[in-house]
Amino acid sequence: MQQMLEPNPTQIKDEKIYREMGLTDEEFALAEKMLGRTPNYTETGLFSVMWSEHCSYKNSKPVLKKFPTKGKQVLQGPGEGAGIVDIGDNQAVVFKIESHNSPSAIEPYEGAATGVGGIVRDVFSMGAKPIAALNSLRFGELDSPRVRYLLEQAVAGIADYGNALGVPTVGGEIQFDPAYEHNPLVNAMVVGLINHEDMQKGQAKGVGNTVMYVGAATGRDGIHGATFSSVELAEEEDEDRAAVQAGDPFTEKLLMDACLELVKSDALIGIQDMGAAGLTSSSAEMASKAGYGIEMNLDLIPQREANMTAYEMMLSESQERMLIVVTKGREQEIIDLFASYDLEAVSVGHVTDDKMLRLTHKGNVVAEVPADALAEDAPVYHKPSAEPAYYREFQAMDQDIPEISDYNETLIKLLQQPTIASKEWVYSQFDHHVGSNTVVSPGSDAAVVRIRGTEKAIAITTDCNSRYIYLDPEVGGKIAVAEAARNVVCSGAEPLAITDGLNFGSPEKPEIFWQLEKSAAGISEACLALESPVIGGNVSLFNEKGGKAIYPTPIIGMVGLIEDLSYVTTQEFKSAGDLIYLVGEARDEFGGSELQKLVHGKIFGKAPAIDLEVEVKRQKQILQAIRGGFVASAHDVSEGGTAIALAESLFGTNGLGAEVTLNGNETSSLFSETQSRFILSVKKEHQEAFEQLVEDASLIGEVTESKQLIINGAEKQLIKSNIKVLEEAWKGAIPCLLTSKG
Amino acid sequence: MRFAVVVFPGTSCEVDTFDAIKDVLGEEVDFVRHDSYQLDAYDAIVLPGGTSYGDSVRPGAIARLQPVMKEVKKAAEAGKPILGIGNGFQILLEAGLLPGVMLQNQNLKFICKPVQLKVVNNDTAFTSSYEKDEQITIPIAHAKGNYYCDAATLTELQTNKQIIFTYTSDNPNGSIKNIAGITNKQGNVLGMMPHPERAVDELFGSKDGIRLFQSIVRNWRESHATNA
Repeated sequence: MQQMLEPNPTQIKDEKIYREMGLTDEEFALAEKMLGRTPNYTETGLFSVMWSEHCSYKNSKPVLKKFPTKGKQVLQGPGEGAGIVDIGDNQAVVFKIESHNSPSAIEPYEGAATGVGGIVRDVFSMGAKPIAALNSLRFGELDSPRVRYLLEQAVAGIADYGNALGVPTVGGEIQFDPAYEHNPLVNAMVVGLINHEDMQKGQAKGVGNTVMYVGAATGRDGIHGATFSSVELAEEEDEDRAAVQAGDPFTEKLLMDACLELVKSDALIGIQDMGAAGLTSSSAEMASKAGYGIEMNLDLIPQREANMTAYEMMLSESQERMLIVVTKGREQEIIDLFASYDLEAVSVGHVTDDKMLRLTHKGNVVAEVPADALAEDAPVYHKPSAEPAYYREFQAMDQDIPEISDYNETLIKLLQQPTIASKEWVYSQFDHHVGSNTVVSPGSDAAVVRIRGTEKAIAITTDCNSRYIYLDPEVGGKIAVAEAARNVVCSGAEPLAITDGLNFGSPEKPEIFWQLEKSAAGISEACLALESPVIGGNVSLFNEKGGKAIYPTPIIGMVGLIEDLSYVTTQEFKSAGDLIYLVGEARDEFGGSELQKLVHGKIFGKAPAIDLEVEVKRQKQILQAIRGGFVASAHDVSEGGTAIALAESLFGTNGLGAEVTLNGNETSSLFSETQSRFILSVKKEHQEAFEQLVEDASLIGEVTESKQLIINGAEKQLIKSNIKVLEEAWKGAIPCLLTSKG
Repeated sequence: MRFAVVVFPGTSCEVDTFDAIKDVLGEEVDFVRHDSYQLDAYDAIVLPGGTSYGDSVRPGAIARLQPVMKEVKKAAEAGKPILGIGNGFQILLEAGLLPGVMLQNQNLKFICKPVQLKVVNNDTAFTSSYEKDEQITIPIAHAKGNYYCDAATLTELQTNKQIIFTYTSDNPNGSIKNIAGITNKQGNVLGMMPHPERAVDELFGSKDGIRLFQSIVRNWRESHATNA
């Protein structure tokens, strides 16, 4: 019945029905030209979803092209489900970050849960066993009941989905700022482990080979999800709700276990997740990448709702489904394999040599489109870019040094800022130990996960200080990569590569496109300097509501390699008598800092400067010192400055304290966010060896047994605080904000 | 000694459990599927943690209906040591091999963290390598670990010394009498919410879980030596 309601090609064209699906007049004309006729309703749907920003990167491609993607460690760069990096001994890690922002703004529980599901599938579809998950979250301030609801539900969604899969959620980060009030960000990253010979591609090769559908049945959920995530949120949230999918982690777990067995079979030719744009993207991309075509009979698609149309089936984003191509004649093995996991595998089509995506339904050909037209030939836009007025104003400002009177009180207040405060309320809801490989749990600079059966481990982190990026996208982009690398290095690892989750406002606005362009340039420069290429990522644009955009938020997910478990280093001071070093000197830099936000209630001015040469030198020297066994603890100086880094180095140490002396401007020495700095502790017997290796390290004090943090200035004592009091303030802040009424 | 690690659809802690037995204890171990009828060859059976059947209906409610559970019951009746960890504990409750029920954690959230336990009874096949009242650290990771039973059952548990582990200072889930682990009356079936298989290497925070597995092996060896 519904099929009868579908408009015919003439109506689609004359009544401009394609506009409702997100295609512009020019794009529709281009589709007509590629087809040599006016597309029907189903075909218009295929074009609109494949040419959405989410699937085609049509607005961001010119920017993404500039990322450095090569390196001797890179086995698979951008373009597949996830990138792959060699870690030696015939093993590799597969990782990617992905956003699920729009769904999470509407239906935070399901939105966040299915975000985890999607990225997990991206990783196991490459043939890799997922071994760690992280998430990077942005919310508005916690004084709003709506924000508290979004946070609680998103965290519960991630927890319920991820925990049921048996993939440990080992880390991540959260920041809070009014810029995310209506557009929360939920980005999830997954790292998988693979043997070189098991690497898979999403390719449909070999004429006559069988296309099979595996996993959950298709319903009407998430239709046009990719299109919906590529536009600004509707004013009334309920209008978008039908485009949010529902997740079933139990089916995902079975699908994951089955696919990890499947990749060992030589009957498998190609495999791809039905993620955004579901059946459409998986079939068109697999055919296009291989240079073949695919013909599918939609009558054979497992359906969980009655009377589904071709349009609905092709655009559904029902979860927990994969499309695979197997050698003709070996279908029964595959059916049996999936049956042993209580899952269906159904032959739905075959590979052709005509490079077309051809769909039949109820005996009719309902779509016939060149696979390349959908997957490769989407228009690419070089959007105009313009330097925003705010940037010129901020650059013209003098450095602000916020005025504070009581340093002890300021320290406590900073520790209670939700961006700095302990995130235990969040990560205690995630199973971070399952698998028993988690050497360093959430709450540290980087999570460390052992590679089972070896003496190696990987360090993983996600980072992005979007305030710096807002103030100065190029400098902020450099900082994001450098900070990720700092975190990885502090844990004893050498940076390998990054994945980036680019979250921005509408690229239609030249000022927003400028932010994207500039931050990508900064990221690229830092990646080159740190020899850590981009191996994949995700773009989420149009994060706006009512014309107000989020801060530019390119989240950097980095993986580093720890060649021997003995190198693993944590941020906590270890024993009284150890020497405390500060690497790098504080300058008067407060633009975008936590102190500026605390004192002024807003951010302005210049972002902290960064010199990548200095950064690289310090990171290399510190890593060398760690590998030499000379470093007892290592922590980077980030939000809140040196005083916060020192306090964090004392949390969880059960009774240790520290006494240090910091010279220079008092406020800056305590709270400035000058980059490329570290707090390290060193056993006395290693003093000489350490000082020889790390040039810029200055001895500032000692770890004590006093249970107090004492910071002396050049002239007077600045801080004298009981660690227990500091730790309670830091730990209690988020639970307290969540239970407060408002 | 030969261990079976039973795997249901949705089980997720089977690899750590397997490795703890194989690598740390050096004992023989196999995975056994939920649809297997073959458990006779094993001397001890472990039901590991996870989310069997997606916790549909109640955690463990579907798993208890699977073929392998008939064999687990037979093994329990034969006096073989049966260990249920996390979801495994929930399955043993649903199967009636242990008394009581599991409620949602009091704070309604999943909780993952290391907890302090007291070894209340070290006179069992699972705890003889611990000191009585020893405090040990083992992580928990569950959303429904709030053990509950009626007053009569509680009295029985206490009288028969079936309460094996309790949370010490900070009860994470609200369980009655701080219960973290109990056995059946015969003492050969242990269910516990904390995960001893995650506490077998100092590198990951604690190795207090090793002695639980060692106790099982030691008791088995002793009983087989005397029988021989």
